[in-house]
Amino acid sequence: MKRKSASEKIFNVIGYTILTLLAIIAVIPFVMIISSSVTAEHTILKYGYSLIPKEFSTQAYEKIFGFPDDVLRAYGVTIFNTFVGAVIGLFTTAMTAYVLSRKYFVWRNKFSFFFYFTTLFSGGIVPWYILCVRYLNLKEMPMIAQVAPYLLSVFNILIIKSFMQSIPDSISEAAKIDGAGEFRIFRQLMLPLSKPVLASIALFISIGYWNDWYLSFMFVDKAKYYSLQFYLYKILNAAEALARISSLSGHHVGEMPKENIKMAMAVIATGPIILLYPFLQKYFVKGLTIGAVKG
Amino acid sequence: MKQGKRKLFFKRVREYRQLLLMLLPAVIFFTIFSYLPMLGIGIAFERFTFDGGIFHSPWVGLDNFKFMFLSGDILNVTKNTFFYNILFILVNNCLEILCAIILAELTSKHFKRITQSLMFLPYFISWVVVGAFAYNVLNYESGSFNTLMEALNLQPYDFYNTPKIWILIIVLVCAWKNIGYGTIIYLSAVMGIDGAMYEAAKVDGANIFQRIRHITLPSLVPTIVILTLLSLGGIFRGDFSMFYQVTGNNAMLYSTTDVIDTYVTRSLISTSEFGMTAAAGLYQSVLCFVIIMIFNALVKRYNKDYSLF
Repeated sequence: MKRKSASEKIFNVIGYTILTLLAIIAVIPFVMIISSSVTAEHTILKYGYSLIPKEFSTQAYEKIFGFPDDVLRAYGVTIFNTFVGAVIGLFTTAMTAYVLSRKYFVWRNKFSFFFYFTTLFSGGIVPWYILCVRYLNLKEMPMIAQVAPYLLSVFNILIIKSFMQSIPDSISEAAKIDGAGEFRIFRQLMLPLSKPVLASIALFISIGYWNDWYLSFMFVDKAKYYSLQFYLYKILNAAEALARISSLSGHHVGEMPKENIKMAMAVIATGPIILLYPFLQKYFVKGLTIGAVKG
Repeated sequence: MKQGKRKLFFKRVREYRQLLLMLLPAVIFFTIFSYLPMLGIGIAFERFTFDGGIFHSPWVGLDNFKFMFLSGDILNVTKNTFFYNILFILVNNCLEILCAIILAELTSKHFKRITQSLMFLPYFISWVVVGAFAYNVLNYESGSFNTLMEALNLQPYDFYNTPKIWILIIVLVCAWKNIGYGTIIYLSAVMGIDGAMYEAAKVDGANIFQRIRHITLPSLVPTIVILTLLSLGGIFRGDFSMFYQVTGNNAMLYSTTDVIDTYVTRSLISTSEFGMTAAAGLYQSVLCFVIIMIFNALVKRYNKDYSLF
């Protein structure tokens, strides 16, 4: 091993310090949320959130899973949205990106622009909302309403496209000479070769669906179709409203979700999606490079 | 001549039929969810009613726009949206580039892996959870911040009555949530730089700071330009979920935290002023469009390869 120069030592000290600090800042809220979810309610009220639970208690989780119907139903809705959305979304995104990455396809720039233009200009949220509600009737189809509008994103198409462009042409040309059709080349050659970028995009699409509350907020009226995050939002809002009323009137109004229960819900609502990360992380840096629309 | 062109067109359609078929789902998707709403721009010039729909509501010309500007909020909301985005672009990009360069240069594999993972964690949290957390830390009566201040015998701070402080809070929260993701994008760009350049610079005696200054940063310019252009295209758009959830849609804070998207969505949901709300949305789209066209043209003039289209 060669010796490090003075400038490299300085750089290392600065680098390790900055990254360590940022990583700590990134993690602290997680630790506080998890810690308060397993803290007894009265200690939270007295001392606020802390990094280590002052008095350990699993009471919040026991309470939530004592009446698990609503949580489990919301879970079911969100798992459905995430799974269906990620599978259809990823496949269609990749297929579109494949076509746009073919150099012999002379209309590729025209189509790229057709897609890209939607990010430059939009009709705005009102026409979009009216179209979805009045003409597509999405309010009557909550399961479709919470998946369809987010299926494709131009940004994801561009990312997969630039990855596919970097795969040597000779590979698909050889298959073409052997008589393989476009769809077959896409499915059997390009999809496996694009694994790094597909893994990353799959994760982003999944996070998008998992964390979405907006589509439920806009289109879902019936509580049994609430997605997990929207269900959480409703509970938290009800809690804050009750807290405000009781502090204004001085009366205790109804049973309020306790601090530790709110945080336990936050943990439950976040948990599973994080488990995907370790499996997909190794692909990240290889997979994500941004290219221009043209080309 | 014209016939030849048409013939060529049909020949091409036949030649590309598989590719075109594969594009079809995406074309349908964007036609429905992006191009059809563009037809709905007309709503901005109508007194829209649900029964009348887009085609049978009474036409009112520019009244909606007049009403929107006279009601007074729109200018402040536009200003907020613009300055927040400028701050986001500056703060996030600087931090992301800094982290990406450090990650690329450091040698300890474990340290890099762990910090990168930890910094990416906030990207997994939903805005609903972030909002709940913010409320529980910041609220006056029982928030952790003020319990801590109390324990230290300091004055409690009333965040929800101090709109100015929220500029700082939102910029920090936005950076906290997104730099992990942005760092990965810049890191892939740094990893793509030809290693031979660094070797040559080392042989010539350049130290690490000179290498970063003269090799890494210039090589990152295309990525920086493209990402900035993409952000500029949305400079009059705000992340609805972020602004709505982090502030808890608190009316006390609208003066500094209301952006066009929250303003529009709130009016859409609470009032049925479809016409005026659509006018605000159209105004937003046109502003964004003008900005991106200007900046893309500027970049194109400077260097054709860096422009988006």
